[in-house]
Amino acid sequence: MNAATFSAVVYGISALAGFLGALTGLGGGVVVTPVLTTLLGVDLHYAIGASLVSVIATSSGAAAAYVREGFSNIRAGMFLEIATTLGAVAGAHLTTVLPGSTLAIIFGAVLLYSAWHSIRARKEGPATKSDPLAVRLRVEGSYPGPEGPIQYRVDRVKGGFSLMFVAGLLSGLLGIGSGAMKVIAMDQVMRFPFKVSTTTSNFMIGVTAAASAGIYLSRGYIDPGVAMPVMLGVLTGSLLGARQLVVSRTRLLRLVFGGVVGVLALEMIYRGFRGGM
Amino acid sequence: MSDQQLEKMIGNLLRAGVLLSAAVVLAGGVWLLLDCGRERADYSRFQPPAASLRSPARVAAGLAHPNPPDLIQFGLLLLIAIPVTRVILCLIAFSFERDPMYAVMTLIVLAVLAYSLAIPHG
Repeated sequence: MNAATFSAVVYGISALAGFLGALTGLGGGVVVTPVLTTLLGVDLHYAIGASLVSVIATSSGAAAAYVREGFSNIRAGMFLEIATTLGAVAGAHLTTVLPGSTLAIIFGAVLLYSAWHSIRARKEGPATKSDPLAVRLRVEGSYPGPEGPIQYRVDRVKGGFSLMFVAGLLSGLLGIGSGAMKVIAMDQVMRFPFKVSTTTSNFMIGVTAAASAGIYLSRGYIDPGVAMPVMLGVLTGSLLGARQLVVSRTRLLRLVFGGVVGVLALEMIYRGFRGGM
Repeated sequence: MSDQQLEKMIGNLLRAGVLLSAAVVLAGGVWLLLDCGRERADYSRFQPPAASLRSPARVAAGLAHPNPPDLIQFGLLLLIAIPVTRVILCLIAFSFERDPMYAVMTLIVLAVLAYSLAIPHG
């Protein structure tokens, strides 16, 4: 394949991944890597480098819309970013220690989990009492409701902080945003309201990704020939997808896309065990 | 300036940053493909790109005599700079609000970012 064809194919695939990733809330980067590696035979290191860059693009692009709605909790985000950025640095360093096949297996497992998480129905359960640490850190807040601001409390700060380190570790290890795990830490463990969890985690994704980006760049994972079509494609797709968000965020679409991602995940795990990455 | 105005400004800044970096990457990409679009693209084996493309300082220095890969890399660095800028803006905001606890937390995050971006990792 020549460079022009390669770029066009990768751009198209990335745009589709970004579009579906935005519609389903799974994110585009997480799908690009398995497609590049299993279908186009791109080395895993180039794929995670390109995907990490596209994660920053989609997170910053979407953040522009969220910021204006006033849902994100900047203080909670900054506090938790200490955990995610340290995790990301550790994860990025681990990529040089772990063999590609092991990375592929971990990637597949995380992908399977994310697919399941996106398909599963969510249950709302805001915290009723606050962790004393949350009070001391002043991470409680309010978000705009139909009849004025709605106050919320925050639970289990240490548990959430620890899980954020793991989310950062996976982000740096696999070049993904690990949005699903960030949302779980905020939504399930710390029991932030769901809207606050998703928007704040989106704010954190870009900063977390930037923390491993420097290490990826030094190590040469960010190759202009691969990162260019991936970044432009995922960005185009996710901008188009974000416009459709309100109308077509259907359960069927989530099921179909979740299924496709599940198959890609199994393929990656299979290749990892066979040692073909 | 009200909080809402500030948030709106940050939102617009983010969007402008993303569009600017995408425009630079696109320009570099078009140039790259015009130059060597017919060359074989083989990324099946990992070979790190040239050292001039692997550090922010060298990429910036390379802009004096730009070539397509350098321009793409510069665009990607602009993108990486967006979340870093956001953290710096938070530091300024926390300092103005006289919130030392959060200013220190923000400084820790900035230190981690600086470690990743400013130091070469072999």
